[in-house]
Amino acid sequence: MVPGRNCGKSDMSSITADSFKTGFLPTWCPGCGDFGIWMALKQALAQLGIGPDDAAIVYGIGCHGNMYDWMNTYAVEGLHGRALPVAQGVKLANHKLPVIVVSGDGDCLGEGGNHFIHAAKRNPDITVIIHDNQVYGLTTGQASPTAQQGFKTKSTPEGVTDEPVNPLTLAITAGATFVARGFAADSPGLTQLFVDAISHKGFAVVDTLQPCVTFDRVHTYAWYRERLYQLKQEGYRADNRLGALEKALEWGDRIPLGIFYQETRLTSEDREPALTGEPLVSASAGTVQADELLKEFI
Amino acid sequence: MVQSVTWKIGGEAGFGIMSSGTMLARAFSRAGYHIFATNEYPSLIRGGHNLVTVRIATEKFEAMNRDVHILVALNKETIDLHKTEVSEGGLVIFDPKDGEWKENDFPKKIILLAVPLKDLVQQLHGEPVMRNTVALGATVALIGADFEMLASVIRDQFRKKGDEVVNQNMRIAKAGYDYIKKTFGNETSMYLGKVQKKEDQLVINASEAVGIGAVRAGLKFAAIYPMTPINALITYLADHAKQFGIVYKQPEDEIAGINMAIGASVAGVRSMVATSGGGFALMVEGLSLAGMIEVPLVIDLGMRVGPATGMPTWTEQGELLFAIYAGHGEFPRIVLAPADAAEAYSLTTHAFNLADQYQVPVFLLTDKYINESQWCVPVSQLNGAVVIDRGKLALGNLPALDGESSFPRYRNNTDVGVSPRSVPGVAGGRYFANSYEHDEAGHVTEDATKRAAMVAKRLKKLHAIQHIAQQPAVFGDPDAQLTFVSWGSSRGPILEAMKLLGKKGGKARLIHYSWLYPFPSEETLKLLSPATRLIDVEQNATGQLATLIRQHTGILIKEKLLKYDGRPWYPEEIVEKVI
Repeated sequence: MVPGRNCGKSDMSSITADSFKTGFLPTWCPGCGDFGIWMALKQALAQLGIGPDDAAIVYGIGCHGNMYDWMNTYAVEGLHGRALPVAQGVKLANHKLPVIVVSGDGDCLGEGGNHFIHAAKRNPDITVIIHDNQVYGLTTGQASPTAQQGFKTKSTPEGVTDEPVNPLTLAITAGATFVARGFAADSPGLTQLFVDAISHKGFAVVDTLQPCVTFDRVHTYAWYRERLYQLKQEGYRADNRLGALEKALEWGDRIPLGIFYQETRLTSEDREPALTGEPLVSASAGTVQADELLKEFI
Repeated sequence: MVQSVTWKIGGEAGFGIMSSGTMLARAFSRAGYHIFATNEYPSLIRGGHNLVTVRIATEKFEAMNRDVHILVALNKETIDLHKTEVSEGGLVIFDPKDGEWKENDFPKKIILLAVPLKDLVQQLHGEPVMRNTVALGATVALIGADFEMLASVIRDQFRKKGDEVVNQNMRIAKAGYDYIKKTFGNETSMYLGKVQKKEDQLVINASEAVGIGAVRAGLKFAAIYPMTPINALITYLADHAKQFGIVYKQPEDEIAGINMAIGASVAGVRSMVATSGGGFALMVEGLSLAGMIEVPLVIDLGMRVGPATGMPTWTEQGELLFAIYAGHGEFPRIVLAPADAAEAYSLTTHAFNLADQYQVPVFLLTDKYINESQWCVPVSQLNGAVVIDRGKLALGNLPALDGESSFPRYRNNTDVGVSPRSVPGVAGGRYFANSYEHDEAGHVTEDATKRAAMVAKRLKKLHAIQHIAQQPAVFGDPDAQLTFVSWGSSRGPILEAMKLLGKKGGKARLIHYSWLYPFPSEETLKLLSPATRLIDVEQNATGQLATLIRQHTGILIKEKLLKYDGRPWYPEEIVEKVI
């Protein structure tokens, strides 16, 4: 039998951020927002008692995706944009296994946009962390789908002309049941958001703002710090979908952080009649009798 | 008395044409006859001309013949389009309300049987769509069979809809049966010889056979975006998901489908996708991922007429080379092509074992012809024990790993290139399934030596598979000079053509490929070299098998019978082209 979420979980006290070391060191640029996201994810897993053998992380392709090399868990590093379908397949095969997607704004909202919408609509019990820095770093600085209008990049020398994709409004309208925004440099806040997202039963999206220190001279740590504020400090309640949309549209002088929306709804796995008991991976193969199968064709 | 009858029914789409064919086929299959049913229809839901042909015979046969013995016209168009196909002495059932025909309107000498289909339905207060049921009753009478043969099928077909629906259909079918008996008596010459039933037979299409094979092989997950001609597989899996404890997921597109199936396979369950050429074009990127991370995967590629949208409801064998070469980069795969439903079943059960044993994608190259035709298969061909071999799958009892280490998932020390694999959640098994080139633990590497070693490791599998691959099958006279070469669904029509040639004193043999890749070069050289007349028979425009043979053996097949009009081969056509 393959252990899942409710069995074989590592002893909580023994898991720390250091449990996920691989012996490889990050290759991200010094000061990259990815460091903060990586640290917060390790802290969150440790707090939840999820050890290296206990979960699967599915990564997209981009700077964010290189995290797998210095993050010791079961992992799939798939294709650009396709992390969510892979993750859903893993989850349906073992619905007791915690499944986390580490993706980027280009990966999740550009190449994988259709998958994002449909994952949200199905509400699988998966957490997706979007590294949102408005640029394609691995290909040296082109505009990403979340790039704000006017932002000059290698592919938009006159400034971005299109409307940016808003990951939060998209997630809320498509049916995600946990929608939050974090900031890569807010380590305790981001760790707590990841803990909440992974603990949430359903499709949890954490759009994580992260400055790209190499290809973005505009949206710096200072730029964000001047604008960011915590929703919870203003008495915001995350239980209203329309209210959440209104907050999610706020961008400019003030940019909110925290949980925008959360609801309880049946997950994709809850709706599968075959997944009421043990995970598929634990079920024995080929148990159906031949005669039972064939009689309808005679 | 005849030993084989070919029955064709035509009418507008939405008039129950398809189900009539299945019911007639099932009625005679239950009685022990050999049957085969094909359909032709345009890519529409309503309207357009729909056609089902059922051949019923006292002995086993391999393909549809061209001559029609009984034509049932539910509309005028059926006679206009198909009158030339009715053979000498054939019977034509029509409703006088659809038009008036005389026997000399037909090129051959036929017998016209005016049956008031619409009036009979109306008298019994049935829906106009039930004309097909009258025709079924009439057909059974013409063939000289007991009405009870049809009655049992009607009961099963409509049971779920309640007794009233069953009885109504029964009365209407009986009206057609009685009308023939009363009006035309015994004047027809279409009475079919009697048979002794040996065992139960299935009436099944190849998509359903793939579904049964998959379930028996332990399939747990399928993600299939709807596409003709594999929709019957979706219906089968979705209908039985609860009963069999499987998950069928409809993905947002084929890209998601193959990636979901890959995810499920990484997580340790047997998984598959199915699609046609256009959907597979979208899956190609994912195929390459499966090759790189060495994940078992079964792909049912149901070919239809291309390129692009082509003729979506017609048949072709146009994707042999596409399946073999699809994907960026070089990686091993296996390509199998069943010739009929029985082989679709057996190759499917093999495919899942091969995928696990070699950790590679395995193709089932099916097509519209086999996926949507109804085949007659003795139960004993599908109910034998199925051996399940998950290969080097480690689901537990792995030694604990130290802090920074991970499971050597891609360990490169085996002769066949296949390494043990663990699945997420197993203690001591953590590893990286990495689409980047990787080392033995899955960590990314761009080291020249390691890269070359990994490529060699993956490609070693091809050699290993070659050793266990099924060799091409030889049919007919092994010493014949005339040698046909074929793959997949062309087999049936060729075997029937060889029977026809035999009756004319001609000798022929067929070299047939069910396992196409890795290609069996040595056996092919051995088998084809002595032949003085080689004829490649395929349902495509370029002779893709001939290309493969030339590529792997140097043998150039100059004579090719290629058909690419969307229609399957008739045996008679092959004979005409050969003589």
